[in-house]
Amino acid sequence: MAAEASTGMNERVIRVRLKRQDGPDARPRWESFDVPVGTGSNVTSVLQWICAHPVTVEGKNTTPPVYDSGCLEEVCGSCTMVVNGRVRQACSALIDHYCPKDGDELTLEPMTKFPVVRDLSVDRSRLFSNLERMRAWVPVDGTYDLGAGPEETPEAQQTRYVLSTCMSCGCCLEACPQYTLETDEEAWDRAFVGAAVISQARYFNMHETGSSLKKVRLTELSGPGGVSDCGNAQNCVNVCPKEIPLTESIAAIGRQVTAHNIRQFFSGD
Amino acid sequence: MAGASQQQRVIVVGGGLAGLAAAVRITEGGIPVDLFSIVPVKRSHSVCAQGGINACNDIARQQGYSEHEHFDETIYGGDFLAHQPPVYEMAQMAPRIIDLLDRMGVPFNRTAEGQRDLRLFGGSLYKRTHFSGATTGQQLMYALDEQVRRAEAAGKVHKYEHWEFLRPVLDEMGACRGIVAQDLRTMQIRAFRADAVVMATGGCGLVFGQSTNSVMCTGAAASRCYQAGVKYANGEFIQVHPTAIPGADKLRLMSESARGEGGRVWVPGKKDASGAWGPHPQPGMDPRQIPDEDRYYFLEERYPAYGNIVPRDIATREIFNVCLEGMGVGGGRMVYLDLSFKPREELERKLGGIMEIYRKFVGEDPCEFPMKIFPGVHYSMGGLWTRYTPKSDLRGLEKGAPGNMMTNVEGLYAFGEVNYQYHGANRLGANALLSCIFDGLFNGESVVNYVRDNAHAPASAVEQGLYAGAEQIEGDKEKDLLARDGDQNVYEISAELGDEMTEASTVIKTGERLQRAIDKVAELRDRYRRIGVADASMWTNQALSFAKSVGDMIAIGDAILRGGMLREESRGSHYRADHPERNDERFLKSTIAEFDPQSKTASITFEDVEVGMVEPRKRTYGKIEPASGQKAGAKTEPAGASN
Ligand SMILES: Cc1cc2nc3c(=O)[nH]c(=O)nc-3n(C[C@H](O)[C@H](O)[C@H](O)COP(=O)(O)OP(=O)(O)OC[C@H]3O[C@@H](n4cnc5c(N)ncnc54)[C@H](O)[C@@H]3O)c2cc1C
Ligand code: SF4
Ligand code: SF4
Ligand code: FES
Repeated sequence: MAAEASTGMNERVIRVRLKRQDGPDARPRWESFDVPVGTGSNVTSVLQWICAHPVTVEGKNTTPPVYDSGCLEEVCGSCTMVVNGRVRQACSALIDHYCPKDGDELTLEPMTKFPVVRDLSVDRSRLFSNLERMRAWVPVDGTYDLGAGPEETPEAQQTRYVLSTCMSCGCCLEACPQYTLETDEEAWDRAFVGAAVISQARYFNMHETGSSLKKVRLTELSGPGGVSDCGNAQNCVNVCPKEIPLTESIAAIGRQVTAHNIRQFFSGD
Repeated sequence: MAGASQQQRVIVVGGGLAGLAAAVRITEGGIPVDLFSIVPVKRSHSVCAQGGINACNDIARQQGYSEHEHFDETIYGGDFLAHQPPVYEMAQMAPRIIDLLDRMGVPFNRTAEGQRDLRLFGGSLYKRTHFSGATTGQQLMYALDEQVRRAEAAGKVHKYEHWEFLRPVLDEMGACRGIVAQDLRTMQIRAFRADAVVMATGGCGLVFGQSTNSVMCTGAAASRCYQAGVKYANGEFIQVHPTAIPGADKLRLMSESARGEGGRVWVPGKKDASGAWGPHPQPGMDPRQIPDEDRYYFLEERYPAYGNIVPRDIATREIFNVCLEGMGVGGGRMVYLDLSFKPREELERKLGGIMEIYRKFVGEDPCEFPMKIFPGVHYSMGGLWTRYTPKSDLRGLEKGAPGNMMTNVEGLYAFGEVNYQYHGANRLGANALLSCIFDGLFNGESVVNYVRDNAHAPASAVEQGLYAGAEQIEGDKEKDLLARDGDQNVYEISAELGDEMTEASTVIKTGERLQRAIDKVAELRDRYRRIGVADASMWTNQALSFAKSVGDMIAIGDAILRGGMLREESRGSHYRADHPERNDERFLKSTIAEFDPQSKTASITFEDVEVGMVEPRKRTYGKIEPASGQKAGAKTEPAGASN
């Protein structure tokens, strides 16, 4: 872990306002820190610095703030939080962008659609649980040697590739007006699954072997919490760091669900 | 399932590629798995891998490539330090691993005809690297993560995410019977029973402070095994990747695929009358204005056969040296990695992921400007010592033999980057993902067989006292740590450790400098006893977890330094300026570190390398010395077979 929050160029001090919460049931509170930064600093390096120097602007010793991080290159999805009012990854949030001048203010808050664990760390298990609900996998016959997978055109690969870069970060869910905080695990099967999971259903439905579970997925998505809960606000697609075409996915699944419902109606099962 | 009693379970610690592949294979063998990980497994460090995964394939085969060639390259690339039978087996299985990943839905890039596309990677003259954009690791991870989620839904895998491994539980015979772990939310410390334990906890980049690794890669889990009696081997072999983007918190990798796809490394320079290169008069000028004759493509000039795709240790030392000679960009520690001459469309399609990283973190467009890069700590070839059962002719491993990739502790396995196999003194690019998945799939079967034929009583029958005692040890350790109220800042200790390790024990080492580093680490160990932990709460206490890891990082740092100190030769990534030649007579051997609980330091011994089929030869990659123009001897290089 780096003790320096910057690379030594364009040195300045910024004021960081941090929303803190000691535990899931604790009352949130605010603390502020003055942090030296420079070119190359990002929100994660600022948090690293605060952890090593946990003293507020009032000179009060406090506990090192709790936050999640992993790859530090915007590919693991760990560090999602609300930076100056907008949800994004902390590690790729460059301080030069947010706080170009000495004394500029930076506000950090946890996401609001997931239960807070502590400070900036939230519990996103619901997202993973919904992937399970959606059978988000290709049902292979096992690991024995059965030759290559289905052939694929470069165009199809490019479409699937983009969908496959979803890192379950939760930005699209935080931004979605239809996705709301749900702490009761029992309710996860009925509450709106959100754009990320709908897009994953599309991804697996596109794969030759993956599509053998298409019916099951579409049945899930035509019920409560499925695609019809989407209000088409398009907030999701605007915040996705991987630029996944989420509204396209929602439309594609919408069509698949309609076709599926018609088929179900006529076949009667 | 026949043979496996309901109560038998395996614990897999780590949910990167190695751990996930192991979980898939072991559950397929009918044994349920408890999977432990600090982070949700989908966020494991393996998602960082960019460039690709190697395997022989039909096109390369028709150009003269083969599994045997892949094996030979890996051994040569690793400067003959790798045991050969496991590498042989891995190269044989590689094409089938790609097929399996393909079946699992990995979106591998395709050619116009719909075949899996291939790219060139370091240390090979053949295109044999399969890739999925420039986020191959992420794509492979997700495919395996999905299979594990499927097994989880079927009740075969139980995940313990946000749990940290603290120690293996060993019985009075010294066999592993479970683990002690800590819930990182409730901070509960708890022992778990298991009939076998697989460590798949990845590398230790954070021991060096800044690296290309994720923040979880502290090496603490490996260190905890080492301190419990597992041997740690070849620790001094740390790969420093030639092309990373320097940053405040992390050195972000610029994948070798950038060079595989044609990226050229250069510095501004001037040729004198004799044809020798010297610094450019204006080394900081806009690179786009520098004419071609003032661009010193030093890798291409010095290694005409491999050019920019020489193996990593070589590229790293050359970049380092060019900067030491005062020819770095702006006179500093930086060289150019240039793709700006290629069509934007092609760069976005094949390298979009890493182009994006550069744009995001540097704020410049690599399609327009050459990228500024410098070497950064990247991968640990060393790790937990493991054994294996070779075939009688040494061509590969005995499939399913219970000893494959088992450590010296019975029932405790090590898979993936955390073990020391396959890569010898230097890992070839795109061979790590392969070795991780190979370990899980091939050696997972060995775990199943060990559990089934277990000569011991099942773990469920072991008396509870063993587990209670192990819990107690960790509980007491934690109490002691929390009670420390010293003036030392644990974050500063870890930063000092990183700086010292990077200066003394990465690109260029000497005995004298290593000795100073050993003394410095001893000082840090002493100061660590006087830390204060700034948070005493018993809910998601990250400061406490970090403080624990720092103690373990100090122990592993010491082992790395002492191995490097005694290895008085240069081999692969380990370059001793005071012993610049390879010395097979003394050091065609693995370094074995064993923890001495009294002194808290490593004691080092050496053990012969299993050579097998390929006799050690000189490793030069056809280098032409810049001064003499003399071509050094190399193995016959297949000419022009690189398409
Ligand atoms: C930037 C980058 C790019 C790379 N690109 C390539 C490439 O293109 N091709 C290639 O072949 N290789 C590449 N590599 C190397 C390769 O990615 C790694 O060697 C490989 O992913 C390691 O996988 P693993 O399964 O061994 O461990 P990891 O993926 O590191 O997983 C370790 C797991 O262990 C868990 N863990 C760790 N400690 C504990 C603990 N104490 N308790 C509980 N759980 C714990 C973690 O949570 C995690 O789940 C790259 C590496 C980097 C850094
Ligand atoms: S388009 Fe649908 S999923 Fe996206 S933000 Fe709007 S309501 Fe949510
Ligand atoms: S779809 Fe985009 S925003 Fe949503 S979880 Fe995936 S990567 Fe994040
Ligand atoms: S730390 Fe992985 S996305 Fe930010």
